[in-house]
Amino acid sequence: MAQRNVLLVGTRKGLFVLDGDGDRRSWKVRGPLCDGWPIHDTATDPASGAILAAGGSPWYGPAVWRSDDLGETWTHSSEGLTYGDDGPKIATAWNITRGTDALYAGVQPAGLFRSTDDGTTWSHVEGLTNHPTRPDWQPGAGGLCLHSIVPHPTDAKRMWVGISAVGAFETTDGGQTWETRNKGVRADFYPDKYPEFGQCVHKLVMAADGGTHLYQQNHCGVYRSSDGGRQWEEITTGLPSQFGFPMVVHPRDPQTVWTIPLNGDDRGRYMPDASAAVWRTHDAGDTWVRSGDGLPQEEAYLGVLREAMATDRNDPVGVYFGTSTGQLYGSVDEGRSWSLVADNLPAIWSVEAVSLA
Amino acid sequence: MADVRLPRSLIALFPDAPRRLEADGATVQELIDDLDRHVPGLRNRLVDAGPAIRTHINVFVAGERATLSTPIPDGAVIHIIPAVSGG
Repeated sequence: MAQRNVLLVGTRKGLFVLDGDGDRRSWKVRGPLCDGWPIHDTATDPASGAILAAGGSPWYGPAVWRSDDLGETWTHSSEGLTYGDDGPKIATAWNITRGTDALYAGVQPAGLFRSTDDGTTWSHVEGLTNHPTRPDWQPGAGGLCLHSIVPHPTDAKRMWVGISAVGAFETTDGGQTWETRNKGVRADFYPDKYPEFGQCVHKLVMAADGGTHLYQQNHCGVYRSSDGGRQWEEITTGLPSQFGFPMVVHPRDPQTVWTIPLNGDDRGRYMPDASAAVWRTHDAGDTWVRSGDGLPQEEAYLGVLREAMATDRNDPVGVYFGTSTGQLYGSVDEGRSWSLVADNLPAIWSVEAVSLA
Repeated sequence: MADVRLPRSLIALFPDAPRRLEADGATVQELIDDLDRHVPGLRNRLVDAGPAIRTHINVFVAGERATLSTPIPDGAVIHIIPAVSGG
């Protein structure tokens, strides 16, 4: 049976599903789904093929949507997705990630929730909210949001999260207690450039070999860690800007990473010189390679948000990114050349690539 | 018993829910709890932490804008209407 390639594209005005052919050259767009709700992130269940979409409606609040038929029909739930009647109101869900033991959702204002029934009900991971630094957490421009969830691939008790503009945390006891993981990461917007927390992590990812090799695109640079985030090393040199949002890893090569530099937080936040490019490293950030082949090289005032880039698991790996102005680009040669997959979508907030048998 | 009118955008989230139904409750909060029994999950779409009616949702009891504690006269018409907002 031919492999089915699917792209899940979360936008400001609903989820879109793109059905691709076997060679990933032709795509058919379906949507908007999830009743047009803003969708920040998606996840899939590789066993069942179920799609989960996390987001929030300005009117009806946060929810996680679920489809067991590739987007034809949907249910939704936010049961338990609350800090309680005495707590702050949850505006939306920013991230949904499948861990080894449960499904996890990150929300705004920043917090972590766990579901052990595939998104039907949720419980608050209180240990993170109870962290002693919590009263001093400050929001980034996008709000105080928990946007990155990085489960350890084999140890269900170990997980990292990224919060803007607070930084990275790690738990090794299933979420009961958490420690900051920001050493070596700059926070240029504070008098102390290296505080314990307050860093503006934009995306936190784990290398393909799992375990302890992490990367992050930060407001203030790009970083790698070889010890689970206890110490970070800056790898911005070679990139045209320290600023960007998304970052994705190769599914098999732990030293290959893609990022999309933007021109700076105070310069419009579009691709440098309005010339579109994705940058990749094959040596864990020692050197970087630019690719604009197939992308607009002039007058391209494109922005890409933190969840709007993805890789598939094919060989060669497909890389995809969506812009905040509704263009979706793809590469079937690991980011060396690009082509337009879809245009004129709503502002794209997330991209997920799924290969189904 | 009150006569409740639900908005199209809310009905769309619950395919089996009627656009108009009868529900019981001495206050808006009790009425929404009863609606949730008819349409499981509906309370979470209308009520936020506090508890309070969600910021961009309006509940009208006999034409007057209400809060969760507003009493409901028997036979009242209840309109639940999303605020005109967005972009």
